[in-house]
Amino acid sequence: MRVVVAMSGGVDSSTVAGLLQEAGHEVIGVTLQLYDHGAAIGRKGACCAGQDIHDARRVADKLGIPHYTIDAEKRFADAVMADFADSYAAGETPVPCVRCNQSVKVADLTAMARELGADRLATGHYVRRVDGALGAELHRAADPARDQSWFLFATTQAQLDTCLFPLGDMADKRAVRDVALRLGLAVADKPDSQDICFVPTGTYADVVRKLRPDAMTPGDIVAADGTVVGQHDGIARFTVGQGKRLGNAAMLGGERQMVVATEPATRRIVIGPRTTGTDTVRLREVNWLIPAPTERLRCAVKLRARDGMRLAWIDATDNGAIVHLDEATLPAPGQACVFYAGDRVLGGGIICRPG
Amino acid sequence: MMHYLDANATEPLRPEAKAAIQAAMEIVGNPSSVHAAGRAARRAVEDARDTIAARFGCQPGDLVFVSGGTEADALAVHAFGQGRRILVGATEHDAIRSAAPTATVVPVLADGTIDLDALAACLADGQPSLLCLMAANNETGTIQPIAAAAALCRSHGALLHVDAVQAAGRMPIDFARSGATSMAISSHKLGGPGGVGALLLSPDHTGIAALIRGGGQERGRRGGTSPVAAIAGFAAAARVAGDCTGLAALRDTAEQVAVACGAIVVGAAAPRLANTACLALPGCRADTQVIALDLEGIAVSAGAACSSGKVAASHVLAAMGLGDLAGQAIRVSLPWNATAASVDAFAAAYARMAARLIPPLVSRAA
Repeated sequence: MRVVVAMSGGVDSSTVAGLLQEAGHEVIGVTLQLYDHGAAIGRKGACCAGQDIHDARRVADKLGIPHYTIDAEKRFADAVMADFADSYAAGETPVPCVRCNQSVKVADLTAMARELGADRLATGHYVRRVDGALGAELHRAADPARDQSWFLFATTQAQLDTCLFPLGDMADKRAVRDVALRLGLAVADKPDSQDICFVPTGTYADVVRKLRPDAMTPGDIVAADGTVVGQHDGIARFTVGQGKRLGNAAMLGGERQMVVATEPATRRIVIGPRTTGTDTVRLREVNWLIPAPTERLRCAVKLRARDGMRLAWIDATDNGAIVHLDEATLPAPGQACVFYAGDRVLGGGIICRPG
Repeated sequence: MMHYLDANATEPLRPEAKAAIQAAMEIVGNPSSVHAAGRAARRAVEDARDTIAARFGCQPGDLVFVSGGTEADALAVHAFGQGRRILVGATEHDAIRSAAPTATVVPVLADGTIDLDALAACLADGQPSLLCLMAANNETGTIQPIAAAAALCRSHGALLHVDAVQAAGRMPIDFARSGATSMAISSHKLGGPGGVGALLLSPDHTGIAALIRGGGQERGRRGGTSPVAAIAGFAAAARVAGDCTGLAALRDTAEQVAVACGAIVVGAAAPRLANTACLALPGCRADTQVIALDLEGIAVSAGAACSSGKVAASHVLAAMGLGDLAGQAIRVSLPWNATAASVDAFAAAYARMAARLIPPLVSRAA
């Protein structure tokens, strides 16, 4: 069949292209130009395309498949970068990779695949697609260390039905590199990409400052009772649950403190003892990969990319959900809460600020 | 089978050029050398210079071989732009736009031709100026009113550089009568090899400052050992590249098919190169169109591709006031050896593509 492969220029998606071609499919490589690389690294006159685009093209050359670079700069700036800065300015901690998968990568590329008469879109994500009775199911990757299912919860059922994730069953990254080596791909030993792709140098705070300077202006650090206990250099530098960057306020009354809330309207960071928590979490923008439950749903949830599973009950609401955690914790607004039954992703949503 | 309909990117090599290149590659010498081998190489270069100069209406001594159209444009801007205000047409190629990044942009009319009233208004202050204007546009084929622009420049004491990269070999060019100060020509756009081009200079502006000085080749106007074989191929192609009016019927066929599918022909109101069709398909991204056609074996292009291969929205079409359509147009440019079979294949593939891409209209219930 004809398959569009989203090629980033890294070893994962390159291996996907190679594997699908080896399996006899008609493979079309597509690389998204998401941002001006020259501008991102702050070098005047540098090419707008980073090394990754050239690597993707060379892999396509090696495999003998057509390859195209798609200009997604404006879409990425609107749907991912602006959302990233706005979210911080609203006192949240965004997950840009969720937004990117949700818009530029999965939504736009499945649409493009359809326009190009392709049957499937394949990506290098570490998740498994399992074909169930009601359509494709999204499952965690075989390698728990690489699993990216949390970042893909917003994939709609229709999109998922179009997607292939050939790396989901790989035992580990070494296995992927071995395949790349066997296929003779020059990127077999390329280092993994780091953190947020659009801040290759410097810090994410510079990006936020450029787009939303209001999120990077100083303000007060206050205790729960409103007492000013310190100063901070921008709410965008703080995440609920964070203990760093609090200065002298890190320890109050002999108790270690953490951020318990950010208040964008007053530019205040509220701190409290590490025992602060809640067992009720409101979600917005909920996506279901099962028929939306009409009754309270028992499942495991994951509140951060690197967090463990927590047991919870879910009440579905219109366009949202309320999560009742068995044990109280302090989730960060803006992060995702993803629902699991074993390895299967049932759905998920974005964590709202309390109140 | 691949159908190549992207001549404005590069023309297929003409057989005459290929033969001339092969013959010239037998020559051992460096044209700057004193010995017999050097003289043989020099003779090949000078014969080629005579041919190309005669073909485009220039004195041989006033023709400078360079690496291509971009360098010819850059050299002209370097030579004539210093100490002058630079004016550029709004639809100029990046070769000009990048060479004169701070230039004053002269708008074009909706049909793509330069706004002569606006140009006259720009020149009216009598400031020493250089106007850079292309003879024909790479994306739309629009032919600019060079004679009228030259007359305006002359009456205001301004210099005129003409980028004739797309025009040379596709429409009549007589540099001596054009009124231009200089003119850029590229070999591979007229069926010669890549990597060589020429800057033509008018007799009263022959002494120019080089961009690359090197060993003083090209009478000190462009350093670097002359690529003998490429220059010989350039001349052979220039000798046979007449004009492209013979392609008009095929081009019109391609346009009619596209229009029947819902496309708009961009720039149809003005004179155009007979090989070029710029086809906007409302609501359909240009890059998707190019990819869809490529997957069917049809080679066309859109906008200006940068080194990443990404297709950016066209500044040419934006300057013509096309708005969103500027990102929804492809360019079909027929090569000198285009066939009816290629155009038929394009027509069939275009119709299939349009059927898939055009957003379905909501059908009214009966």
